[in-house]
Amino acid sequence: MNVMSDAASPHIDITSTSDHVLVSLRGAFTVRDVTDVDAKLSAIGLDQHVRLDLSELDRFDTATAWSIASLRTRLEDAGQILEVMGAKSGPESLLKSVTDAMPTPTTEDAPRQTLTDRIAGVGEAMFNGANFALALVGYFGLFLARLLRCFRHPKEFRLTALVHHCEEVGLKAVPIVALMSFLIGVVLAFQGSTQLRQFGAEVFVVDLIAISILRELGILLTSIIVAGRTASAFTAAIGSMKMREEIDAMQSLGLDPAQILFVPRILSLIIMLPILGLVANVMGLLGGGIMAWADLGISPAMFTTRLVNGTDISHLMIGMIKAPVFALIIGVVGCHAGMQVKSNAESLGRMTSSSVVTAIFAVIVADAAFSVFFAQIGM
Amino acid sequence: MTDTSETRETRETVISIRGLKTQFGSQVVHDNLDLDIYRGEIVGIVGGSGTGKSVLLRTIAGLNRPREGTIDVLGIDMRRADQDTLAKAGSNWGVMFQDGALFSSLTVRENVEVPMRTIDGLDPKIRRQLADLKISMVGLPYFAGDKYPSELSGGMRKRAGLARALALDPQIVFLDEPTAGLDPIGASDFDQLILGLSRSLGLTVFLVTHDLDTLHAICDRIAVLSEKRVLVTGTMQDMLKVDNPWVHEYFHGPRARAALATKDLATKDLATKDLATKDGDVGNQGTTT
Repeated sequence: MNVMSDAASPHIDITSTSDHVLVSLRGAFTVRDVTDVDAKLSAIGLDQHVRLDLSELDRFDTATAWSIASLRTRLEDAGQILEVMGAKSGPESLLKSVTDAMPTPTTEDAPRQTLTDRIAGVGEAMFNGANFALALVGYFGLFLARLLRCFRHPKEFRLTALVHHCEEVGLKAVPIVALMSFLIGVVLAFQGSTQLRQFGAEVFVVDLIAISILRELGILLTSIIVAGRTASAFTAAIGSMKMREEIDAMQSLGLDPAQILFVPRILSLIIMLPILGLVANVMGLLGGGIMAWADLGISPAMFTTRLVNGTDISHLMIGMIKAPVFALIIGVVGCHAGMQVKSNAESLGRMTSSSVVTAIFAVIVADAAFSVFFAQIGM
Repeated sequence: MTDTSETRETRETVISIRGLKTQFGSQVVHDNLDLDIYRGEIVGIVGGSGTGKSVLLRTIAGLNRPREGTIDVLGIDMRRADQDTLAKAGSNWGVMFQDGALFSSLTVRENVEVPMRTIDGLDPKIRRQLADLKISMVGLPYFAGDKYPSELSGGMRKRAGLARALALDPQIVFLDEPTAGLDPIGASDFDQLILGLSRSLGLTVFLVTHDLDTLHAICDRIAVLSEKRVLVTGTMQDMLKVDNPWVHEYFHGPRARAALATKDLATKDLATKDLATKDGDVGNQGTTT
C-alpha cells in the first residue's frame, strides 16, 4: 500500500530458559496482529523475569505497545521485571509513551436498582407527567394573557406574521387534508355498504358517512394531520431559535417571545383548523357520495336528499366546536416543546418527535372527553 | 521551530498536491494550488476567513471531490482511487473535526471503538482496552470513556475526537481548528498534546488554525492560503520576512506580536527547563508531553 509494505511479516518467538523467558518480536506489527500477540504474551508465566528483544522489530503500533505495556504491568504486580533490549528509537519512545499513558481502570460499581428505586421511578414519572400537564396549562395561560394584551395594545399585534402562518398551516395543508378525507369517505362508503347490504339497509350508508364524517372523523383526522405537520414545524422553528440563542436575544432586546412567536402561530391554527375541518367534511361527503353512487347506485340527488333530511345539523356543529380546541392543544404543545429545546441538536430532534406524539395523543384524549360530554348532555 | 532539521533530513513526501482546483457552483475556491507535506512534520494552514482552509482539509481527506489537479496521499491518487481503495486506506489518516463530531448516541469509548470495529478478528476485550488507552493518551480521565459526548465540555470533546482519529494509529491526522473555542490554558494544553503525540507516534499533522500561539508553539511549517492558492510555505521565521501585505499584516499585527512576545519568554524559559514546550499562558508551563 505504501513504502512500509515491504517490511517483514510479523513474527513472535517465546523461549523459556532456566531463569528467564525470552520474547523476541520480528518484523512489523499492526493492530491486526494484536489479538494474536496478546494471546501469546498473556500465556507467559509470571514467575520468571522476561526479556524482550526488539532488535529485529521493524515497527509496531500502539496496539502492540499496549500489549507489551500490560505484560509489564502484570509482571511488576507479580514482583518480576520486564527487560527491553535492543529497541530502536522509534519503538522505544512509542513504548514509553504508551506505558506512561496506560489507563488504570477505576472500577465503579453500577448502582443496583432496588424495589424502592423502581417505585420511586414510577412516582417520579407521575410527578413529571403532572408537571408537564401543568406547564402546558401555563403556556395556555401565557397565550391567553398575550392575546388579551393585543386587544389593549393593537399595535403590538403582528398581523403579517399571522397571515404568513395562516398560509403555512392552513392553505398549504388543504391538498393533503382534502385528499385524506376524500379517501376516508370512499373507504367508509365501501365498508359500510358491504356490511349494510346484508340487512338490505344500503340507503343508511348515507347516514353512516354523514354522521361519522361530520361528527368525528373529519375534524379528528384533520387535527391528526395538522398535529403531525404543524406541531412539528412549530417545535422545529422555535426550537432552532432557542438553540441559536435567538430567544435570549429577543428577551435582551425587550421583545416578548410569547407575544411574537406564540400568539401568531396559535391564533393562526385556531382560525385555520375549523376551515380545514370544513374542507375535510366536504371532501369526505364527496368521496362517500361518489362511492355510494358507484357501488350502491345511490344517485347524487338521492344522496343529497337523504343527507339533508336524515342528518341533523347538530352533528356538524359538534364537529366544528371541537376544531378550535384541538387547534389550541396542537399550538400550545408545539410551542411548549420548542421552548424545551436545549443547546444541542439531539434535543431538537427529540422534542420535535415528542411534540407530534404529545399533540396527537392530547387531541385524541380531548376528543374522547368531548364524546362523553356530548353524550351526557344528550346530543 | 528549531527541531525541524532532523525531521527534514528524510523529507519523505506523504501528501503531494499539484494543480488543485476546487469549485462550488461558479465559486472557485482553489485554483492551481500546489502543496507538499513531509513525514513527521506539523503543518499549520492559515488564511483569511473564506479562503478555503477547511475545504482544503476536506478535499485532501477525501470528503470533497476536486475539479482538477492531483492529490497524492501516501501514494494513493485520491481522485482516481475507487471506493474500496479509499476505504482500506482510510485507516492511514484520521480527521478531527471542529467540535469533535462524535457520534452522539455512543459513549466516548464506543466512539473510539468505531474505527477499530472494521478490523476483523480483533478481540472485543482488547478493543475496549485499546480504546481506553487512546482515551488516556489524549489526556482524558478513565471515567470519560463511559460518558456521552453531550456530557463533556468542548475541550474534552475535542480530545475525544482526537482519540477517535488516532484509533487505528494513522500516519496522518487532519485537525480542523483544534484550539478554537478553548480557553488559553486548554488551548496550550491541546497544543502540547498534539506536539507530544506527533513526536512519540511519528504522526504527520495537518492542521487548520487561526491561533497564532499554536502556530508559534508547535508548527514546523506554515502554509499561507491566499489568492486561491498556497501563497507561501515556510517556518515562522520565514513568514516574518514575507513581503506580502496580507501575510505581513497577519504575522506582524498586534496579536501576532503578543504571541511572539510570549514565545520569546517561553524560549528563555526553555533554556533552563529541558522541555520542548511553549505556552501562551503565564503560569501554566505545559507539562502534557
